[in-house]
Amino acid sequence: MYRYNEFDRDFLAERNRQFRAQVERRIDGSLTEEEFKPLRLMNGLYLQLHAYMLRVAIPYGTLNSAQMRQLAYLAERWDKGYGHFTTRQNIQYNWPRLSDVPDMLDALAEVGLHAIQTSGNTIRNVTADHFAGAAADEVADPRPVAELIRQWSTDHPEFQFMPRKFKFAITGAPNDRAVTAAHDIGLRIVERGGEIGYTVLVGGGLGRTPMIGKVLAEFIPAEDLLPYLEATVAVWNAIGRRDNKFKARIKILVHEVGLDALRAEVEEEFTLRKPLYAGGRDVALLEEIAGHFAPPEFETTPTETYDAAYASDPVFRSWADTNLAPHRADGYAIVTVSLKKQGDTPGDATADQMRVMADLAERYAHDELRISHEQNVILPHVHKRHLPAIHAALKAAGLATANIGLVSDIIACPGMDYCALATARSIPVAQQIATRFDELKLEHEIGPLKIKISGCINACGHHHVGHIGILGLDRAGVENYQITLGGDGTEDAVIGTRTGPGFAYDEIVGAVETILKTYLSLREDPSETFLQTCRRLGIAPFKAALYPEAKTRAA
Amino acid sequence: MKDLAAPEAPTDTILVTDTGFCPGDGAEVLDLPADADRAALAAALTTNATIRVAFASFADGRGFTLARRLRQMGFAGRLRASGHVLADQYAMARRSGFDEVEIDAALAARQPEEQWRARADWQAHDHRSRLRAG
Repeated sequence: MYRYNEFDRDFLAERNRQFRAQVERRIDGSLTEEEFKPLRLMNGLYLQLHAYMLRVAIPYGTLNSAQMRQLAYLAERWDKGYGHFTTRQNIQYNWPRLSDVPDMLDALAEVGLHAIQTSGNTIRNVTADHFAGAAADEVADPRPVAELIRQWSTDHPEFQFMPRKFKFAITGAPNDRAVTAAHDIGLRIVERGGEIGYTVLVGGGLGRTPMIGKVLAEFIPAEDLLPYLEATVAVWNAIGRRDNKFKARIKILVHEVGLDALRAEVEEEFTLRKPLYAGGRDVALLEEIAGHFAPPEFETTPTETYDAAYASDPVFRSWADTNLAPHRADGYAIVTVSLKKQGDTPGDATADQMRVMADLAERYAHDELRISHEQNVILPHVHKRHLPAIHAALKAAGLATANIGLVSDIIACPGMDYCALATARSIPVAQQIATRFDELKLEHEIGPLKIKISGCINACGHHHVGHIGILGLDRAGVENYQITLGGDGTEDAVIGTRTGPGFAYDEIVGAVETILKTYLSLREDPSETFLQTCRRLGIAPFKAALYPEAKTRAA
Repeated sequence: MKDLAAPEAPTDTILVTDTGFCPGDGAEVLDLPADADRAALAAALTTNATIRVAFASFADGRGFTLARRLRQMGFAGRLRASGHVLADQYAMARRSGFDEVEIDAALAARQPEEQWRARADWQAHDHRSRLRAG
């Protein structure tokens, strides 16, 4: 875990003083509403449908128990007793009062957390693989470089008033769990001849113009990384479109000027920027930061309690089968705590639940927690002998849902229940799908499946990369849901294909059921996943099942 | 090369530096728009005048990158950000390579001197100071 030093603490205290003064200067008229807006946004404060919303960064998804308890405290002290974990490793509070926000930020600073650049036309919270430092397939832990980029981009003087937002994601493993190809810049840690470097993807993104990131540079060594990233963002800041916010992201620049021309621009800018970083202080700091992320001392004790519970308790076994992932250390597991209990709001946790997870992390899991972009909470380092006790405690807190990677582990944006941009509800659709398949008892039969739901074209629910993607639109005042199939957010990133006309609010659950029953009838055997069947057969058989009347007309 | 610099037109603008407000000093200026490309920057490098970069709106941050480019290209003369720049952006302007900010009287009245002076410590609390060459 990264531990704040004196510089970090002083910076944050000063930043929070500045924001407190900005709120006062808005009230006394020094700042117009138009001028105040980007200043509050770069401090994480949105104006939503019903109230302000404060979005707090959980850098690269890593938290300790004290930080998690403080998130619980904020939820209780200044909100309605819960928080919402997002698809970009943030937590959102939906009901704060403007006058309370400076105090909330000070409370966050006590545990080394902030809301800086979680919004606005800035470089946003840097996200990373939620299994970082624990996964068995890792080249290197991505968190040190994510922390380096956090520091470099925080309050960067050139990059606070850019054409639009700018998102980074980093993976240190060949299995991409950070959706790097759907970010403005995606970084993949690679090894070449014993040297660690970075493949830089540019121009990925979802939203109304979904694009898969393209390789801007195959291998950037550590000493060139910050000047190269700075050059890329600077080029876009200078020539990216500012005439139309829907064409302002760097993916549009890549599309309009072409990848090769952009690369040439970036390289020219890089020669200007490289001398700024000639001293090697960035590399020295990266090494120092890496020391903060040294793995815990793993114990080598027997796992008998786990083995016994697994053999005797079917509920525990079902949870273990879905919610555990392989850890690099023998006898350990990565535990995913589902925030997707059927019928609940995906990604929501109450203050009490946050404290339960904090206690478990402190007691059993080397004091570490992670937030995944799939809106679940992870205990990355758990010795298996603790799993029965952890499962029992989670069960008592309503957190033991055994559904990770299954039908009901749905990503959903807040949608029209909270968001001012939304054109349709997404949370109730997620709740109804989850509840329906729970009733049908088909969840485990169907197996690995990623359903992702967005309540508008901005695609916060990542629907384009869902195996089943659902996009809620407004058609003449009526909610209408379009379906895409075959999307994939991993290293083989693919944008899903639209099936055809959308479905009404009361038809969408039935449509998903049709798709999945079609899959069950078509798969070669139970080991062929939905995505594999989709790739083998294309979307034609699913279309035929969804739109039987079209087939009749064609016949 | 033709020097594009011209005497500053008399206006009621105010210059902001680390010491606070002072009236415009009538120095020669060479104006650059926010969309000046690399060739335009290169052409401006030899000027003896103050290079003045226009900020039509505080929300348009191109000028910050322009300033950093000019400095990296070797411009060592006076560099001024001019137009709709907020007191909240003073530190950003200084850190990007500007020496001073020029604002109109109305903005100076709305955001008085102490709000700008509050950011005169722009060299403190700067993450880049820990990453870049000293």
